[in-house]
Amino acid sequence: MSDENKTPSQPDAGDGAKKMVERGVDPNLEPTLPNDAHGGHDPRFDEPTGQYTTGHSWDGIEELNTPMPRWWLGIFYATIAFSAVYMLLMPSIPLIDSYFDGILDKSDREDVSVEIAELRMERALLADRLADANLEYITGDPELFRFAMAAGKSAFGDNCATCHGAGGQGFKGYPNLNDDVWIWGGSFEDIRHTLEVGIRAAHEDTRFNLMQAFGRDGLLDRDQIRDLTEYLLAFSGRGVDPDASGRGRALFADNCASCHGADAMGDRSQGAPNLTDAEWLYGGEREDIVETLYGGRQGVMPNWHERLDPETITALAVYVHALGGGEPSAPQPSGADPQKPGMQP
Amino acid sequence: MTTLIDKTNPEPRREAAPGVMRSRAPSPTPSTPVSLYKSREQIYPKLAHGFFRNLKWIALIVLLGIYYILPWVRWDRGPGQPDQAVLVDFENARFYFFFIEIWPQEIYFITGLLILAALGLFLVTSLFGRVWCGYACPQTIWTDLFIYVERFFEGDRNARIKLDRAPWTLSKVYKKVAKHAVWLLIALFTGGAWILYFHDAPTIARDFFLGHAPMTSYVFAAILTFTTYSLAGFMREQVCTYMCPWPRIQAALIDEEALNVTYRYDRGEPRGPHKKGATWEGRGDCIDCRQCVAVCPVGIDIRDGLQLECIGCALCIDACNGIMAKVDRPPNLIAYDTDANVVRRMQGDKSRYRLIRSRTVIYAAVFAAVGFTMLYALLARTTLDLNVVRDRQPNFVRMSDGSVQNGYTIKVMNKATAERTLKLSAVGLPSPIVKVAGQTGLSLQVPADETIDFRVIVIEDDLDMLDGRAEFVFELEDADSDTTANRPTVFVAGE
Repeated sequence: MSDENKTPSQPDAGDGAKKMVERGVDPNLEPTLPNDAHGGHDPRFDEPTGQYTTGHSWDGIEELNTPMPRWWLGIFYATIAFSAVYMLLMPSIPLIDSYFDGILDKSDREDVSVEIAELRMERALLADRLADANLEYITGDPELFRFAMAAGKSAFGDNCATCHGAGGQGFKGYPNLNDDVWIWGGSFEDIRHTLEVGIRAAHEDTRFNLMQAFGRDGLLDRDQIRDLTEYLLAFSGRGVDPDASGRGRALFADNCASCHGADAMGDRSQGAPNLTDAEWLYGGEREDIVETLYGGRQGVMPNWHERLDPETITALAVYVHALGGGEPSAPQPSGADPQKPGMQP
Repeated sequence: MTTLIDKTNPEPRREAAPGVMRSRAPSPTPSTPVSLYKSREQIYPKLAHGFFRNLKWIALIVLLGIYYILPWVRWDRGPGQPDQAVLVDFENARFYFFFIEIWPQEIYFITGLLILAALGLFLVTSLFGRVWCGYACPQTIWTDLFIYVERFFEGDRNARIKLDRAPWTLSKVYKKVAKHAVWLLIALFTGGAWILYFHDAPTIARDFFLGHAPMTSYVFAAILTFTTYSLAGFMREQVCTYMCPWPRIQAALIDEEALNVTYRYDRGEPRGPHKKGATWEGRGDCIDCRQCVAVCPVGIDIRDGLQLECIGCALCIDACNGIMAKVDRPPNLIAYDTDANVVRRMQGDKSRYRLIRSRTVIYAAVFAAVGFTMLYALLARTTLDLNVVRDRQPNFVRMSDGSVQNGYTIKVMNKATAERTLKLSAVGLPSPIVKVAGQTGLSLQVPADETIDFRVIVIEDDLDMLDGRAEFVFELEDADSDTTANRPTVFVAGE
């Protein structure tokens, strides 16, 4: 800049110039006009703060220069260098149908599968003991029982919760597993067997029964179904027509008693539910019962014997049995070979 | 408060006063109008002698002593338990501190400790400025130690400046190599001591040298070795000025009544060299010898007033007091004083020290409140605890006989060092039937130092009493130690 520029504001420059001398800066180099006056690209000394400006000016708003430490800049460059090296070593650049997988050939997916395999190895110690174990053996070892409960809960969430609900609470057509009402039996062995073979499933020994479509198949007419419904409702004191109920009793003996029993208490060996209690798998209102009698019911539970390994099925049976409604096991038939602690390797 | 300091002085002389050499410490915080970046300028702090330097040596020895020795202190906790007094056991998720054992769910003790530490810093800072930075901060302590080593091999300030400017000779190579070797050794011990806090110290120390220690130990030892060597050896004041957030927080904590390392402007100005026999009338006591700048570890001039860079180490007080004694003036031209007092004296008033101010009272009160809360929590801490999680899906279950069942998961924490047999009961329901899954009876076996989950079923048939929902309490009783624990929960009997 020229001397001309400096002259007008010379009186103001006094203190600032002194400081500049002290700081080893030649005050003659200082622009003394506001930056806007000559394009605004020269740093100037700012008297109130005792700092220099960067020279940047936006509509007269200037920026003080508080210099960054140079090593900070160095670290910034180092991070750039690091990212370049990292890109070379690790999977980084997406290609059209693949990606550059890096010099180190690192794969998180493989690492995880190795970790899962290791975890399986660790768990196998307890899991192997579950495969053919009975409930007495499992509850005899609190650690094994807790392992079975944890494994069962996890497997239940993965495989069973879709139909039976997260807590096994059930929905219409899918039994509540927390209560003491069991269609096919609620002992540990019964539950385990149901899990293995399923109900109306692909397994050759699957649990199977037939609730016929009495109305649709023409076995009973409309009035007969109404009478039968009246009879069933009378068990819970909801009947309104004693005459119809009387006719229904005869119809029940002819059509239903073979499976549900003469007293309508059901038969677990055939998977025939008790019709006298308050629990109705498909709903206990008049319309529900009519619908069941007309169209029949053919609910399906998959067989899990090939989809899940035996120890997981055992764990599931332990878990479901412990939900609240589990029943004691029947006495072991002679010749059976229950696993005993002493037989463990 | 602004005090404008007139730095116009006559041509600098070699002697500030008879027998007092003027230091050639450069003008601090030089700012050039050119660059947006500032290179670090090497600071060569001169050794100070005096009360505060001695205080700092004592702090250094005590604090480093604690750091290096503490992991080796043993504390008997009974068989099967670690016998290290202070141990952070990540593997088993336990923290041991002498008689205290903290579980992960008691992390609030650590939170409380951190709150106490923060409040303590606030209180001390509002009273005496940055005493943490000046005396106790690891960065200050290790930097002091490293400068001590540097001084041992290379000499004091002037010798070091001369050495750095000198061409490379065998002697210079020896001094530099020796210095860095000792630095690295100290750094290695710093990193090495760190990992002792996370494992049994004698075991990990042996494993470390045999190569059997876990990889994390080597990694953390290496990280701390590197940070100690680089931060205390090379970065030094850059850490305090640029990396540490604490100096910026201070601004909100220090007020004009806080005691800080202060240049008593009222007494020192106008400054200038003093000739032998000349009068002290009409001039200040500062002879502009720049010794305060020469000893400063962060390279500032305290006479410019309180600055962000100042770590409050008080070494300039020692330096100035030495000079004041030489020129036969009273000490404490630089001293722990307040900005308000400087103003008061300049206005002809007397100094006043107001340590009891609203902010110090509030900090002290909150500190005491948190401290007592923590103490109470610590003393009331039991070795038996339980948590209850009630089943929500299903919320309740109606059984075939009309009774209602609720399911619960009970987590029992046995913080004792022996296995316990606990008796479970549900208190507050008319006629509950309580069952624990996987066992007969209601006595729960919980191994030492473990948390165990139990699935508990409660069945209630006296539903008229309940009105749909009832509150009750799960009680655990340890007959052997006469300890009980209980947790209230609810029983839901219908929508």
